[in-house]
Amino acid sequence: MSDSAYEAIIGLEVHTHLMTRSKLFCGCSAGFGAGPNENVCPVCMGMPGVLPVLNRHAVELAIRAGLAAHCEIAPESIFARKSYFYPDLPKGYQISQYELPLCKGGYIELPAHSEGAEPRRIRLTRIHMEEDAGKNIHESDASLVDFNRSGVPLVEIVSEPDIRSADEAGAYLRELRSILRYIEATDGKMEEGGLRCDVNVSVRKRGASEFGVKTEIKNLNSFRFVEKAIEHEVARQIEILESGGRVAQETHLWDPVREVTRPMRSKEFANDYRYFPEPDLPPLRVSPDMVEAIKASMPELPADQRARFVRDLGLTAYEAAVLTQDRDLAAYFETMLATGLKNHRTAANWVMTEVLRAVNETARPLADAAPLAIESGQLLKLVETGAISLNAAKTAFAAMCKSGKGAGATVAELGLAQVSDEGAIAAACDKVIAAEAAKVAEYRGGRDKLFGFFVGQVMKAMGGKGNPKVVNEILKRKLNA
Amino acid sequence: MTSELNRMTIAEARDGLARREFSALELTRACLEQIKLVDPKINAFITVCAREALAQAAAADRRLAAGDAPALCGIPLAIKDIYATRGVRTTCASKMLENFVPPFDATVIARLREAGAVFIGKANMDEFAMGSSTENSAFGVTRNPHNVERVPGGSSGGSAAAVAADECLGALGTDTGGSIRLPAAFCGVAGIKPTYSRVSRYGVIAYASSLDQVGPFAKTVRDAAILLRTLAGHDPRDSTCSARPVPDYEAALTGDVRGMRIGVPKEYFVAGMEPQVETAIRAALASYERLGAKLVDISLPHTEYAIAAYYIVATAEASANLARYDGIRYGLRVDADNTGDLYNRTRAAGFGTEVKRRIMLGTFVLSAGYYDAYYLKGQKVRTLIRGDFDRAFARCDVIATPVAPTTAFKIGEKMADPLQMYLSDIFTISVNLAGLPGLSIPCGFDRDGLPIGLQLIGAPFAEETILRAGDAFERTGAVKRRAAIL
Repeated sequence: MSDSAYEAIIGLEVHTHLMTRSKLFCGCSAGFGAGPNENVCPVCMGMPGVLPVLNRHAVELAIRAGLAAHCEIAPESIFARKSYFYPDLPKGYQISQYELPLCKGGYIELPAHSEGAEPRRIRLTRIHMEEDAGKNIHESDASLVDFNRSGVPLVEIVSEPDIRSADEAGAYLRELRSILRYIEATDGKMEEGGLRCDVNVSVRKRGASEFGVKTEIKNLNSFRFVEKAIEHEVARQIEILESGGRVAQETHLWDPVREVTRPMRSKEFANDYRYFPEPDLPPLRVSPDMVEAIKASMPELPADQRARFVRDLGLTAYEAAVLTQDRDLAAYFETMLATGLKNHRTAANWVMTEVLRAVNETARPLADAAPLAIESGQLLKLVETGAISLNAAKTAFAAMCKSGKGAGATVAELGLAQVSDEGAIAAACDKVIAAEAAKVAEYRGGRDKLFGFFVGQVMKAMGGKGNPKVVNEILKRKLNA
Repeated sequence: MTSELNRMTIAEARDGLARREFSALELTRACLEQIKLVDPKINAFITVCAREALAQAAAADRRLAAGDAPALCGIPLAIKDIYATRGVRTTCASKMLENFVPPFDATVIARLREAGAVFIGKANMDEFAMGSSTENSAFGVTRNPHNVERVPGGSSGGSAAAVAADECLGALGTDTGGSIRLPAAFCGVAGIKPTYSRVSRYGVIAYASSLDQVGPFAKTVRDAAILLRTLAGHDPRDSTCSARPVPDYEAALTGDVRGMRIGVPKEYFVAGMEPQVETAIRAALASYERLGAKLVDISLPHTEYAIAAYYIVATAEASANLARYDGIRYGLRVDADNTGDLYNRTRAAGFGTEVKRRIMLGTFVLSAGYYDAYYLKGQKVRTLIRGDFDRAFARCDVIATPVAPTTAFKIGEKMADPLQMYLSDIFTISVNLAGLPGLSIPCGFDRDGLPIGLQLIGAPFAEETILRAGDAFERTGAVKRRAAIL
C-alpha cells in the first residue's frame, strides 16, 4: 500500500525565546551561558509574596512577530495561570495566555520549495506570550534544577492543521525562523532551547473531509527531529489504519536515538491545567498608536524581499527563496549588488554556491566564514570587466576566506589577472601555430573540431590567464588567414 | 511614666519622642517588657524580634537626635507573619515555612523601615491567612486580651491582640475577607482595609491575589490614618497597585460629619445577629445623627451570595498561590524516592487542615468541566455585588454595618464546623469582593465585656471619608475600655 492513498494533517506549536535583555516578569538577565542559578531573583524563583511585572520589550517583540505573521493584535489580552507540578516550575503554575491571546489569526507564506512550485499559506491560530521554566539536570545520585531559564520570555506560535507533509513542516519552520530573525524577535539558536516544537499529526484517506484521530508529539528541539518524527508518525498511523486498527488519541515523545515516537505514560501528560486569569497582572492593553509605531519600525520581511528579488532583480523564485532563508545571507547578496554588479543572477548563484559552501564547510556564522560582501562584489566586478575569469574568482574567494584580504590584493597576489593584451595573445597564438604545423594543416583542411585543441594550447602557453574571448577571436583570425 | 510608654497611641508617642520626653529605646523596651509580661497569656507573636527592634530603636534615636526624624521614627509595630522581612523568619503560621528566612523585604516593610518604624515582632495569624479566629496556626492559638477563653478573630488575630494588649503601638495585618476588620472588632481596636490596589502587595504572602489587601491596626483611627499614609502608594513591583497620589489621611480627620450621608443596608440587619450587637450598632448610628450626619436606608441585594462567591474565587486563587510550596526550593521538605511522593509527603506534612480544605476546594472549582459553573459564576456574582455598591454610593457617602453578627466566640467553638466559621465573615466579605475600603472601629461592649465593632465602608479610594467618620465617632468618647488582661 503506498502512502499516496493517504494525506497527513499536521499542525505545529512552536515555542521560541524572545531576544530580550531581561526576563518576562523580573529584571534578571535572560542571557545564556551563566553558571547554574546565577540569573535568578525572588521573583523567578517563586518565593512567597513575589509578584510579576511585565517586560515591555517582550510585548513589543511579540507584537512584531504578530505583525510579521499578519495576525490581528488584540487591543486587550489577558495572562492566565497554567497549573501543574514540576520541579523546574517554581510557582507551580506557568504564566501564559489562554482565552485572550495577544495575536490572533494570521498566516505564514511558504516560499516555493522548488522551481515552478506554488507558494503555500499556512494559517495561524494564534501567537501568545508565556514564561519559560527552569531546567532539570539529572545526575547519578541527585536531580538538580537550574532556574536561569525560569521566566525567560517565550512566544508560542500555533498553526492551523494546514501542513501536509514532513517537508512542508520543515519549510514552515525555516520560514518562521527566518521571519523571527528578520524582525529581530529571536536569535534562532535552537541548541540553547531557543526553539521547541510540539506536533499534532493525523492521517486520512485522500479526499476525505473529516480529520482522523490525532496524536501529539511533544518537545522536539530541532527541525530535523520534527521532520523525522512526522515521517515516523505518519507511517505508523497509516500502518495501523491499513491493518484495520484505530489510532489512539495520545501524546508521544520523540526518541532521538532510536528515531521513533513512543506514547507517554498517562501520568506524564494527564494534566488538568486549571487555567484561570492571572490576578497579579492587569489586562494587557495595546494602543493602536503602539501598534502603528511598531509597524513603522518593521524591516522588510522575507516574503516581500523574495518578491522584490524576483520582480526587480530577475531572480527565479527558488533563488530568491534560498537567499531569504537567512537575513544575513540576503543582506550579503544586496551588499554585493551595491558595488554596481550588472548580472544579478551571477551574484545570486555566487552567494548560493561559494558563500554557502564557505559557511557549511566551516560551520561558522556568515560574518566569520566568508569575506566581506563588498569584497565578494568587487571580485565579481573583476569577472564582469573581464579582468579575471570566473574560475579565477573562485580560487581567489577560497583564498580570501582564509586570509581575509581584499579582492584586488588577492587577485594580484595569486597572479590571477587575465591577459587581454592582443599583442601577447597574438604572440602565443603564433607560437602554437608554428609548433603544430601538421594539426594546423588538418584544421585548414576542414577538421573544425581541432579549434578547441588550439585554444587549449594557447591557454596553456599563457599559464591559463588568457582572456578566453580574446584568445578565441585572435586564434580564429590567424587560423583562417 | 516610663513603664506606661507602651500604652501610648502613635500620635502621642510621636510627639513625646519629638520633644525628647523619652527615647525610642525606652519606648521599645516598654513594649518588649509588656510582651514578656502578657504574651504568655495571649500568644500574639510567633517571633519576637527583641535584638533587631532594639537596634532599630537605637538608630531611631540617632535620627531623632539629628533632627531628621521621618514619620514613624521609633514607633514599635507588630508585623503579621505574612510579610516578607529580610533576614527575619517569615512563617505565615505554617509548618511549611517554619524556617523560611526571606532574602527580601515586602514593599510595605521597606516603606516602614524608611519611615523609621521599629519591628517588635512577627504576629500570629491563621495559617496562610485562612481562618477567622487565629486558631489555624501551626504556632498555637492566639487568645483575646479581653477574655483569654475567646478568640481574637482572624486571620490577623495576633496583630489585633498585640495592639489591644499594648504590646506595640500599632500593627500590620492583611484582609482578604475580613481578616483585619473582624479581629479589630473582636479585640476592640481600629483596623482599616484600604481600597484594593491602594497598598502594594509585593512581599505579602499571597492567599487570594484579587482580594488580599494590606492594612494597619491601631489604638485610634488617627493612628490608623498615620500608618496608612506611609503604607499606601504606587509600587513598580506590583502591577495591580494604583498610581493615584496618597492624601494626608490625618488631615482628613476634621471631626465634622455634618451632612454626611450614612447608608444603612437592610440586608445587614438580619436574624441571627446577636441583639446586643444590633443595639450597639443602632446606638452608634444615633450618635452619628446627633453629630449632624444623615441616615439613609439602602439595599445591597446580592449580599446573600457573597460568601459562596468568596469561597470559590478565593480558594481558586489560593490553590494556585500555594502550589509553590513543593519542597524543592525552600521551606519544608519531606524526602521521598520520587518527585511525586516528595510533593505529596511535603504538602501533607506542611499544610494544616483548613489550608488543605481550601486548596482542594479551589482545585475543584477550577477543574475541567466545573470552571464555568463555579469560578466563572463566582466572578459574575462579584460583578453584581460591585454593582450593588456602585448604586448605593450614588445615595450615600459611607455605609455603616456591624463588622460581625457576634462578639468574639469561644476558642474551639467553631472549629468542628467550617461553615459556621465562614459565617463570621458574612458582613465583611462583600467589601473585598467589591475592592472597597472598610474601617472597623469599636462601638460598644456586650454584657461580658467583649468589644463590638462598627464597620464603615467607603467608595473606591474614599479612605479619607471613612476615616473622618470613624474619628468623629471616636471623639465622642463613648467606648473606652482596657482589655481585661491589662
